Parts: sequence; structure tokens; C-alpha cells
Amino acid sequence: MSEDGKLLLRSGRVIDPSSGLDARMDVLISGDKIELLAERIEVNAGMRVLELEGKLVVPGLVDMHVHLREPGREDEETIGSGGAAAARGGFTSIACMANTQPPIDTSGMVRYVLETAARTSPVKVFSVAAATVGLGGERMAEIMDLRDAGAVAVSDDGNFVGNSEVARRVMEYTRMAGLPFISHCEDPYLGKGGVMNEGYWSTTLGLKGIPAASEAAAVAREIVLAELTLARVHIAHVSTRAAVDLIRQAKKRGLSVTAEATPHHLVLSDKAVSGYDTSTKMNPPLRSEEDREAVVEGLRDGTIDVIASDHAPHCEEEKDVEFDEAAFGVIGLETTVGVVMTFLVSKGLLSLSQAIAALTLAPASVLGIKAGKMASGLTADITVIDPQLEWTVDPRSFASRSRNTPFKGWTLVGKAIVTVVDGKIVRQA
Amino acid sequence: MTGRKHLLGLEELTAKDIESILDTARSFKEVLERPIPKVPTLRGKTVANLFFEPSTRTRISFELAEKRLSADTVSFSASGSSVSKGESLKDTARNIEAMQIDMIVIRHQASGAPHFLARSLNCSVINAGDGMHEHPTQGLLDIFTIREYKKRVEGLRVVIVGDIAHSRVARSNIWGLSKLGAKVVVCGPWTLMPLEVERLGVEVTSSIEDALKGADVVNVLRIQLERQEGSLFPTLREYARCFGITRERLSVAKDDVLVMHPGPMNRGVEIAQDVADGPFSVILEQVSNGVAVRMAVLYLLSGLEAGDKLE
Ligand SMILES: [Zn+2]
Ligand SMILES: [Zn+2]
Repeated sequence: MSEDGKLLLRSGRVIDPSSGLDARMDVLISGDKIELLAERIEVNAGMRVLELEGKLVVPGLVDMHVHLREPGREDEETIGSGGAAAARGGFTSIACMANTQPPIDTSGMVRYVLETAARTSPVKVFSVAAATVGLGGERMAEIMDLRDAGAVAVSDDGNFVGNSEVARRVMEYTRMAGLPFISHCEDPYLGKGGVMNEGYWSTTLGLKGIPAASEAAAVAREIVLAELTLARVHIAHVSTRAAVDLIRQAKKRGLSVTAEATPHHLVLSDKAVSGYDTSTKMNPPLRSEEDREAVVEGLRDGTIDVIASDHAPHCEEEKDVEFDEAAFGVIGLETTVGVVMTFLVSKGLLSLSQAIAALTLAPASVLGIKAGKMASGLTADITVIDPQLEWTVDPRSFASRSRNTPFKGWTLVGKAIVTVVDGKIVRQA
Repeated sequence: MTGRKHLLGLEELTAKDIESILDTARSFKEVLERPIPKVPTLRGKTVANLFFEPSTRTRISFELAEKRLSADTVSFSASGSSVSKGESLKDTARNIEAMQIDMIVIRHQASGAPHFLARSLNCSVINAGDGMHEHPTQGLLDIFTIREYKKRVEGLRVVIVGDIAHSRVARSNIWGLSKLGAKVVVCGPWTLMPLEVERLGVEVTSSIEDALKGADVVNVLRIQLERQEGSLFPTLREYARCFGITRERLSVAKDDVLVMHPGPMNRGVEIAQDVADGPFSVILEQVSNGVAVRMAVLYLLSGLEAGDKLE
């Protein structure tokens, strides 16, 4: 192979949590692979060189929980626009949830997602398929077929599989298929009709509350069923102290339970809802300060493995209304790195390598996908982060088609500046 | 109250703000006692009354207050179901903006709807009750009535009984009364008690006897009959037996206890017939005071200088 097409990432701080690597190094990319990681690599003619002194060079980030709205609500997001938002946010791989219209509950739909992604998305898109037909919670989807079509996980995200018998059978099937079951934990009765966390702020604002217990009750059931079925269960968007405690105990007992937290649950509490700003309306809702602290602690001690954005795009019409009427959800692909760097790493709550692991190795291993590591011979999916770059969140400049972020106007320090997928720069700031 | 443009709730007002409204209301009450109870104060101003949720009492009270101040008024009422989608509130707001209206009085089933309007419009917004959040003018007229009878608010034991969780009247009373130094006690079954309500600075009990002991004022909230029977309390009969305000129960309160109710009453449920019409009841007085208080709020938010034009 000629020197053409080689890319040299020079003098960055290379961090790869999978190998414990954290050193100033050069990374040479050749074609779609990492050719070499070394302290010093000779520059040859024809090599493209990026000088990255003071920048972080990490495995391509993985967001295992995003909503791309295609098919059905392409006005809010498409696989292409979501992929572009991911590239801007530093993600090289994302996994999209099944609650599209129609939902991704057949092998044909999985193939549609993967084919559309191959055509339109600058980053890799993995499909999470529905656990039950139509996300209805009653009839199991064709889980083996879905896996064969390329689905990397199974989830009715947005809905909790309320029927415990169905949930048990789904878990048995996912175990057989070798896929994780991702559970959106929310008791369907507790807090029904609620629009925010139940507590002091819902009392003050007069909004119907969703108690923290609605999450914990559901998490407890998933753990009990994980023990029964030996399935791999992943708890999505953990938001409460009680859920963190339950997951911590389950892990101690050796169950295959993993969990994720979102940047918004890690840094915002339900106090942010005061003023009825609908960009603070999400599901699960922003919880109390005590819950928030427990979720951060869960991430610190490894109870929570993954940081995922739960990127949930909504158009302005669905958000610029009374709080009760507004859609649940916020976007996150383009703010995750900044929020994590600013409020977790800079504040000393999380080491840099812990944060990177939660954004790379951990989600890749939950999904069982080839990503999240950096070593010679591996596919060159790499993200470069400028840890000093100060920027203001301006949703108008986002690649996402939606603007619903609670971080609008916030000043963040730290941003992905280069995103490399299969050896190609798909985004450079 | 000076410098404020909207009245969205009593939570954001200071004790001074509240007192200035109550003092102004007293002057307007005098106006209402004149042979011709009308002043030209708001002549040339236009007020729109938007009632997305039916409320005859509050709507008439506001309309009367506006007419007594010589404002031009337009009224819009729509049932909650036909305009349950948010677009219509936004569209209504835009239309109002286009019609050069000075003030909006809004009653809406969604908590925060007045805040939503206040954010998107230039005119003043007065909250006439939003969801389960606040009903500030009701809170003010309750406090006005208490002050009239007791000559003070500070140090009084005020008990609010009933469905605290879903009551905007309770919230406005809690904020207003606490700011003026009253001791507020909330009482009701735990199913109707909002989480962490004690953090609003109130005493919480499910024992009606404990609550009423030494009470200066009892504010009895309306029980929403249809909505809650069976899920939030077993039956109306049992509710009346456990929490209904009867003469007998009132015997542990102060001798000069005031009984209040925001109306409309379910007689024989939350309040006994003879209490509603009895010597402690100031329920009709509350209704008359409502007009004076709403005049005061309209006047103070209209941007006129204090003391101006109040002839
Ligand atoms: Zn979810
Ligand atoms: Zn989700």
C-alpha cells in the first residue's frame, strides 16, 4: 500500500481504557485500520498529519441509546441527521432504539435501518430491535430472526414490558440469541399520567409526579427475572438512588446486570423544571438532588457501566406548549462529551479514563460490538477531544434536526474536534 | 407590587407585595360600597379573560372587577377537552397579541399555562387558576378576609383541610399565609397529601382533631366528587365521616374561629350544612372580597403609579 491514504495523529494524549493506555503518542492510520501506535512515528511523504498536542485521542465513542425517528418522524430526526449529530458529538457508533413508526420489530425493519444507515449516516449505526410485537408488551417479537438480521440488542424502550410472564420469555429468548435485553424500567401504574419527578418540586409546581419508586419497582423485577433466566439485562437511563442500590446488590450477587446513566440525569435535578421549561421534561424525569448524587456515585463505583445520551429529538411544536402537553425527551448527541467533561471530569467526580471507558469500552461490550478499543490492527474508529475548548451550547448550530436540549446557552469546556470512522475523518471542527 | 408585570403566583411575591395588594384592595372595597361603585381607573385599557376551564365564580368576579374599573373587556371560554392540544393556547396567544390587549386573565387546566403565556407575550398576565399549581387571587382574597376579621395574619393558626395534592387554592394560601407569618397546618388523608409538602413550611397531619386544636381559621377545600372516589379515598361517606368539618369537630378550635371555603361547596361532604351557614362562616364575605382584591391586582399591574387615579 502506498503512503497515500495514511493519516497520522501526532502527539496527542492517547487514552485507551481497554488496555490501560494513557500516554503521549502518535497513532498511524492506514486505510480503515490502525497501523501503529508508538511514541514517535516518522512522517513520510503523502501522509496527512494532524498535530494534536494537548488533545485527547480516544477510541471512537459509542452511544448505545439514541432515538433516530426514522421511519415515521423524519421531521424530527433521520438516520442520516442523527448520524451527523453523532459525528459532531464524537460518536463513531450509535445504537438506535426500536420505537419508530412503524417500530423495528421485524427482520425487514432491522435491515431497513442498517441499509439506510450505510447509505446516509457518516457513523456506524446499530439496530436495537423490539422485544415485543409493536412494542405492545404482549407478544414476543421474532428475536432469533432479529438477531440474524443484525440487531445487537432487544428493547421496548419507551415502554416497560409490564407483563412479567412476557418479560421472562423475552429474557429467555435473548439469552438464547446471545443478545442483551435493554429495559426501560418504569412501573406502568405508579405515576401514571405524571410529567415530572414526584417530590418537593412537583408539589410546588402543581405538576403530576412520577415517584422514584416506579423505577425501583421495575428494576427489582428485572433483577429477579435476570436471576431466573440468566439473561443479560441492561437497565436503561437509571435515575434514582433506589435503582442504583438494587443494581449494586445484583452485581454483587454475580448477576449479568449492567446499567447506563444519561448526562442529564447526572448533572440536573428536578429543580430545573421550575419555570415550566419543557426542555426539562423527559422520561425518566429529572430526579431529586439526592437521586442525582446517587447516580453519580453509581457511575464512580462501577455500578453504572455506561453513559448514554438517550438522544430523543422532538420538533418545536411538541415542546413549545404547556408542560403537561409537551413531549418527553431531550437530545444529547452533541452535548454529551462537553457535559461529561465539564461536570464530571473537571469536577474530579470521574477520572478521564473512567469517563472514556463509560463512553467506549463499556457500551461496546454490553452490545457485543467491535468498537471501543484502540490498538494496532483494529478498525480505525477514533475520536479526538479538545479538553480545553470552551464553547456555548447553541442548538441552532446542531446537526440534529431537533433543538430540545436543557443545556441551551450553557458554557461547556471540552468538545470532540475530530471524528474518524473506518480511517476516514467524517467530522473535523 | 411595584415593577411587577404579571401575577403568576404568590410564591414569587414578597410579604410587602402581598400587603400592598391587600391595602389597595381595602380602598377598592370602599369604592364598592359607594352608591355608584365604579371608577374610571382603567379607562382605555383592554383586558381579555381567557377561561379554558369552566369557572363561573372566578370569571364573573374578574369581569365585575374589570367593569368597576372601567376597563374594556373581552371574554373567551372554551372547554378543556376541545382545546386540549397546546397549539390552540399558543395560537390564542398570538391572536391576542395581534389585537393589542393590555392584560390577560387566564384560567387553564395545565399548571404553568400562565407562565407559558407570560413568556411568549408582551402584555400582563394574571393567573386565575392553573392546574394544580396556584390560584393567587383566591389566596389573596382568603388572606384579605382573614385580615379583615382578625386584624392580623402573623401568629394565626390556619388549617387547610382536604385535597391538598390537587389544590391550587391550598398552594396559594400556603405561600401567602406563610410569608405573612401565619402558622399553616395542612390536613387530609395521605392519598391527597403531596409529597414533601412539609418543605413548604407547613405542619402536616392526617388527624383532623389535632389539626383543629386551637385553630384561628379553617379553610375547607372542595372535594372533586367524580374524580377521586374509589382510588384516592374509598367513599364520600367515609371521607365525610373522617374529614368533614362539623360543629362538633370545631369545638376544639378557637372560640372565634373563621370557617372559609373557596366554593362551590359539597354540603354534607367536606363541610356540614350548619357549619356552612353557621356563625363562624365567612364564605359569602370571601366572594364579595374577591371583587375588591381582583380590582387591586388589575390596578397594580396596569402600570399606573400607586395612589394615582384611584378616585
Ligand atoms: Zn427509555
Ligand atoms: Zn430512550
